[in-house]
Amino acid sequence: MHHFMLANLLTEPVGVAHYMAVGAVLFVCGVLCMALKRNALGVLMGIELVLNGANLNFIAFGSRFLRGEGQGLGLDGPLMALFVIVLAAAEAAVALAIVLNFYNNYDSVDIDRADQLQG
Amino acid sequence: MGDGIYWPTFFFLLFSALACGFALAVVFSRNVVRMAFYLVMSLASTAGLFFLAGEDFVGAMQLMIYVGGTLVLLIFGVMLTSQKQFVEMKTPAGQWIVGLVTGCALVALLWMAAFETPQWQPISRAEAEAVAVQPTATPIGVALTNGRVDQLDQPDETLRGGMSSYLLPFEIVSVHLLVVLIGAAYLARAKRRSPSAAAPG
Repeated sequence: MHHFMLANLLTEPVGVAHYMAVGAVLFVCGVLCMALKRNALGVLMGIELVLNGANLNFIAFGSRFLRGEGQGLGLDGPLMALFVIVLAAAEAAVALAIVLNFYNNYDSVDIDRADQLQG
Repeated sequence: MGDGIYWPTFFFLLFSALACGFALAVVFSRNVVRMAFYLVMSLASTAGLFFLAGEDFVGAMQLMIYVGGTLVLLIFGVMLTSQKQFVEMKTPAGQWIVGLVTGCALVALLWMAAFETPQWQPISRAEAEAVAVQPTATPIGVALTNGRVDQLDQPDETLRGGMSSYLLPFEIVSVHLLVVLIGAAYLARAKRRSPSAAAPG
């Protein structure tokens, strides 16, 4: 299977697997962002990257060009991707409001300062 | 096979390199303002990948909602909170090592899973060139309100009922957006700070 990765690159079409590989990189970058950034806005950007990686997979499964006519998810893929985009926008709005509230109360966006629930 | 460069693949490689490169730049950049810019570039390159997969409507929505809306929101957040000590925040080296090892392991696992599955491998060049290009805005709009134009000939009678439309999720998402709008405005409203709340906890 690995000969698809490099040998026929540039002369043959790409498949769902290639899109999933890109989606995996975006997903892992997002997870690392969420885990490693201390700035709350950096964590939010990580969430956007994760959702975007998932979106890429939905698009790949729904596309007719990657799996052939009638083989993919059809319209389910792009519709799910649209819902994910809308929910990501909603999530960003609420999360940003929470971050701004936290900044107003603590004069900081360092998520390590949000430790009041430690008990 | 072997008759010249297949240009969609070339552009796939270009856009995927841009998307992955800028996503890595988001992770490795310390400056939160630069992170926001790299994220814009990464999401815009992803929109290019959507166009290449034939989903023009979702690609346009990605550019308009994500790059035009969500990212502007994030950049406003960056600007509102960008005091000097928050622009560059350092993460301890130990966390970097653990994170990078975990991330590389996860990428390797996902790549192996993707490339070992036979159903996800590319179709031949002749097959891909035979697929007719058609705009997706109308089918998506019809699927949101009336029914699934791509599933009208679903042979299974019991499955056909579930293929009706996405009207209910559409309504739920609409109400959800309204609730989020009110909730975010309520949460982020300017209020007078009481002296006790100003003390850091």
